[in-house]
This record gives sequence, structure tokens and C-alpha cells, in this order.
Amino acid sequence: MQVAYWPGCVSRGFTPELHGSMAKVADRLGIELVELDRANCCGAGVIAEHNPELADTLNARTFAMAQKTGHMMMNICSTCQGAQSECQERLDADAGYRDHINEVLAAEGLHYEPGVTNKNFLWLLVEDFGLERLAGMVKRPLSGLRVGPFYGCYVLRPTTRLGYQEHPERDLYMERLIEALGADVVEYGGARKCCGFPVITMNRETSLGQAGRHIGDAIDEGADALVTPCPLCHLNLDLQQPDAAKVVGRDLGLPVLHLPQLIGLALGLEPKELGMSKHVVRTTGVERKLSAVATAA
Amino acid sequence: MAEYTLRIRRYEPEKGLPPYWQDYKVDLEGHRSVLDGILQAKDREDGSIGIRCSCQAAICGSCGVRVNGQAKLACNTKLRDALKRADDGAIVVEPMGNMPVLKDLIVNMDAVHWKKVQRVVPWLLPEGPPPEREYVVPKESMIDVTQSMACIHCGACNSDCLSLEVDPLFIGPAALAKAYRFVGDPRDGQTEERLRDLAEDAHGIYDCTHCFSCIEVCPKGVAPMDQIMRLRRKAVHDYGINDQNNGARHEGAFTKIIRKKGTLDERKLLQDSLGPLRPQGGLALLKALPTGLRGFARGKITPKTALLHERLPGIENVQRIYDHAEEHRTELNLYIVGEGGEQDEQEPAIAETPEASATTNGGQP
Repeated sequence: MQVAYWPGCVSRGFTPELHGSMAKVADRLGIELVELDRANCCGAGVIAEHNPELADTLNARTFAMAQKTGHMMMNICSTCQGAQSECQERLDADAGYRDHINEVLAAEGLHYEPGVTNKNFLWLLVEDFGLERLAGMVKRPLSGLRVGPFYGCYVLRPTTRLGYQEHPERDLYMERLIEALGADVVEYGGARKCCGFPVITMNRETSLGQAGRHIGDAIDEGADALVTPCPLCHLNLDLQQPDAAKVVGRDLGLPVLHLPQLIGLALGLEPKELGMSKHVVRTTGVERKLSAVATAA
Repeated sequence: MAEYTLRIRRYEPEKGLPPYWQDYKVDLEGHRSVLDGILQAKDREDGSIGIRCSCQAAICGSCGVRVNGQAKLACNTKLRDALKRADDGAIVVEPMGNMPVLKDLIVNMDAVHWKKVQRVVPWLLPEGPPPEREYVVPKESMIDVTQSMACIHCGACNSDCLSLEVDPLFIGPAALAKAYRFVGDPRDGQTEERLRDLAEDAHGIYDCTHCFSCIEVCPKGVAPMDQIMRLRRKAVHDYGINDQNNGARHEGAFTKIIRKKGTLDERKLLQDSLGPLRPQGGLALLKALPTGLRGFARGKITPKTALLHERLPGIENVQRIYDHAEEHRTELNLYIVGEGGEQDEQEPAIAETPEASATTNGGQP
């Protein structure tokens, strides 16, 4: 299986462990990542806030590059998924608008055809790779590990834009994946809420108040870790967690894994190879639990 | 007929007891609404169930409730659709969130929703003497406000707003969409004052986290978050309003970095968003320093990612796109043009309105 791979900016910036773990996991799964290494930032909704046409053209450029590879496009960031789907909705809706934008892309020899398939790794795993197939590849079942899903807004809402008509259960995939890897799903209030990251520089209290509340709720439900397909959520949930604890006035200390890391652990990769030592909240609790399971087995 | 179970959250303040859940079985066709179900339970089983409703046709906005955890108009939600997302076969019906519950499914809209709507001065403030005859509003200006005018004040967006959940002072999606209705109205003479007020309120337009909840739950397609983004665009670009929340600076810094480098340089974004040369920016940066140092200590942030962010190969292509799009500043508003519509040859796909925050007028309003 080959995919046109858009890693996004943050996975190569402040969460390098995501990019690294994705490469290792893709290798184990037999997914060949054809990286779009000349593609630009998706704009994260901020460029669309500034100038929608600018965001649409920048993402049409990325889509056109993906289409040139002949493979479907895959991303590893909920925010990229949401920002790109928003632009795609406008681009695919209106032929005149698309022509106008393609004129700009023509200078670089690119052309966007409507209907690009662009899927988050989570969606691709469930819809194209198959969870049964994944479960069959598990070398170290995560039995006994209690994991709370944290989706990130941009793969959830708005459903009309994010393919929920065709795939109405996309907001349940994280739970299914956690189960397929042998771990237990923790149900808690925050799984489908906002991490608060987009306003971290504008309203720190609101931002970290959201992150802190969700982490606290997951701890109260007995979670050993959270897992997220969004590196921006990871920044607020992990990098900022000590500050979030101060804002909500309670002890936190809950490890937060990137989606490929959780899968990597189940496929038998070591925490260090998956970059888990780079996390701000130490993942030793998760590792201890897994080695206890391995010893018992 | 089919049988459905409604699991209703009951709260009877006169009894002095905490809220509790009660199941009701109703016999109705699947195309009938959750409101029909509630009314049948009220009629046949327990007349004391409290629900506010009137038109039963998604026009009056009275019957906002949460169905299976999401704000909806009860009259606009089919039983068979609600059942699809019902755990263990029961459709869960609760009062809306972020507002105090008065009784069962009835929330106090005055305490939150209407108070916030009043906060934005929800009436026209025209400038100068009234014209001799009617005010004439150009078509493109009507298009700009049509979407926000569709609001029926059901409160669904405020119920599910994830910012409001942690910051009760946030003006909130409904009131901000209402604010745009007047900011976008050419007859209003207080556009700049309105925008300054909303941008400078620490719980105003820059308290929205972009979570799309309001867009998801609005039964009328108002897309309040999109209206908040329009308010931000107008405040920054038309009036150069530099708010205290770093919102304008953040947007400007982000956009400039991508123009220069093609991908995001996070360290520079943080620095430029906060503006270290301003006293409050320097302070905010100092506060962020321990976070950065933690990242360094764990090898998450490296000197290379923090200081030597590389320029994307072929950056001139990105810059060409900027040069082109920044000349237009247009927006294709799908609420107006509709989806999947191929454009008529005669009508331009993009029309630039006299105002900078142009809305495309490719189709019919």
C-alpha cells in the first residue's frame, strides 16, 4: 500500500516523535509513505481566518502534488485534516472558483482535480487497512492498559464536511482501534472535546482550563494514558500539562501517546524507538504496565 | 408503529432532590420527532415532564435539548435517527448545557443566552438623520449578513460551546453571530466601535477555540464560528484593531511565517504572536519559557527546530500564491452559492464587493 504522505509542520517541529514513530509503524505495517516534501503548511485554520482564498490555493497546491503521485493522500494530524477538508469543500463545490485557483497553480505545472482522497492515518487504518488485519499483526497485546481516546475537533466536526455521510462512524474509530490492540477503552467526558490549543497565545486560562479538565476527567475514570491523532492536541495535553495542572489546581501527570506510538507498542516496537522518552509527562507508568503483562504471559 | 425508549433527565426543584433518569416507552413511527415522543410520554405517562415547545416545525427555536449528548431541536430530530446513536437502545434526552436548568428539559435562557445577546447591542445603530424614504441596502451587503440572520435563538450553539464550558464569561457563538449581523450591515454607523469592543474584550472574538461545535449543532446553518472568523477578519484588516489578546498579532505572525518559510516555525510564531517588545508580551513570553525549557530538556524541542527552521524548497511558488490571493481577499461562502453547483458562464465565480471582506456572489441569496 502506497500513500502520498503529508506529515504536517508540527510533527517535524515540536513533536518530532510523531514523525519518527509514524515512519517506523508504517514500515511494520507495509505502508509506503511517499512524502510530499515540497508541500506547504495547511494554514491550521489561521490562514483561512486571514484570507480564505489564500488557504484554498495553498492546499490546492498540496492536493495537486498528491494527485501527481497517483496515490491517496494521508495525513497524521487532525488539524491538517480539518483545515484541508475545509478548503477542499470550497474547491470541489465550484468549478469557476477552482479554475481561478488552478490558473495560479499552473505556473508551477500543477493542477487540482476535484475529489482528492485525503485521510487521516486513523481513517485509513480502519477503512483501507482494516482493524482485523492490524489485530492479526499485534505482537504485544496491550492487555490491561487503560487508554482514553482524544480525537481532536478537526476529525470530528463538522460532520457534513468530514465524510460522515459515507463513513458515519468515524467518531468511534479510536475506541475500536484501542480494542483491536488489546487495550481497554476508558470512557470519559473529554474524548471529543477541544484541547484548547488554538487559543494558547490568546487566552491561556481558557486554553489550559480545557486541557486540564479533560486530562483530570480521564484520570478520574482510571486511565493509564490518553492517545491522540493530533500533534497540536498533544502539545496542549503533554508539553503544557504541568501548566494545565496549575490552571485547574490539581495534580495531573497522565501520559499522552501519539496514535502511531500506541500502535507501535502493540506491534512490538520499544518505547524509546517510538520517541516516548521525548514526552514531557513520563511514560514509565505505561511501560511498567506493559512489561508486567509481558511477564505474566 | 415502533416502540422507542426515551431516557429523560428529570429535575423537579420543588422536591429538593437531585436530578434523576426516567425511561419512557413511546409508540410512534420512526419518522416522528423526539419532541413527538416527549409529548406522547407527557400525555400518556407523566404530565409533569417539563419541555418548552411551540411551533413543532423548527421555526420558533423553543425545544432545544440534548439528544444523545448533542444539542438539537427536539422537533427536528427523527426518532429513528436518534436511535442510531443511542447506547443500549435508549434515546437519551437532557436539558441543554452551559445554562442553568429550571425544570426537567427547560433551561434558563435569560441567564446565559439572552444576557449574552444583549451584551452585543443587538439592534441597528444608524448614523446621521434617517433617509427620507427607506434605507437601500446593496444586494452584496445583504448576502454578507443573510447567514447570521437565519438564527432562531434556540441556544444550541451556546449549549455545546466548548469555550463557554470553561469560560462562562465568553460572549459565545450566538451573540457573536448576532454581532456580525450588525457589523456587516451597511446602515449601521458603529461598525468600528462594535469591532473594537468585541476584539478588546478578553472573552470576546479571540476566546473562540475553533472547535466547530457550534457549526455542528446549529439547526439553521448559521455557522456561528464562521461569523466569528469574519468579525476577526474585519477587525484586523478593515480597522487594524490590535487586540490585547494577541489575536491579530497571532494571525499576522502565522501568515507571514508561512509566506517566508512555507512551513510553520513554532518558536518564531510564539515569539511574534506575543510580541516580546510589549511589556505584556515580554511577560507572557517569560511565562512560556519554562514550557519551552521542558521541551528542550526532553529533546522534544532541539536547537535546530527552535532556531534553524529551514525554508521550504521552491518557496517562490508559495510566495506567488500569496501575491495573487492577497490582491483579492475574497471568500467563497457555500451558504450562499450552494454546493456542487457549476457556475453559470455569465456569472463570475468570485465577485469582489466594495468592502474588503468580500463574499462571493456566484449564486442566488
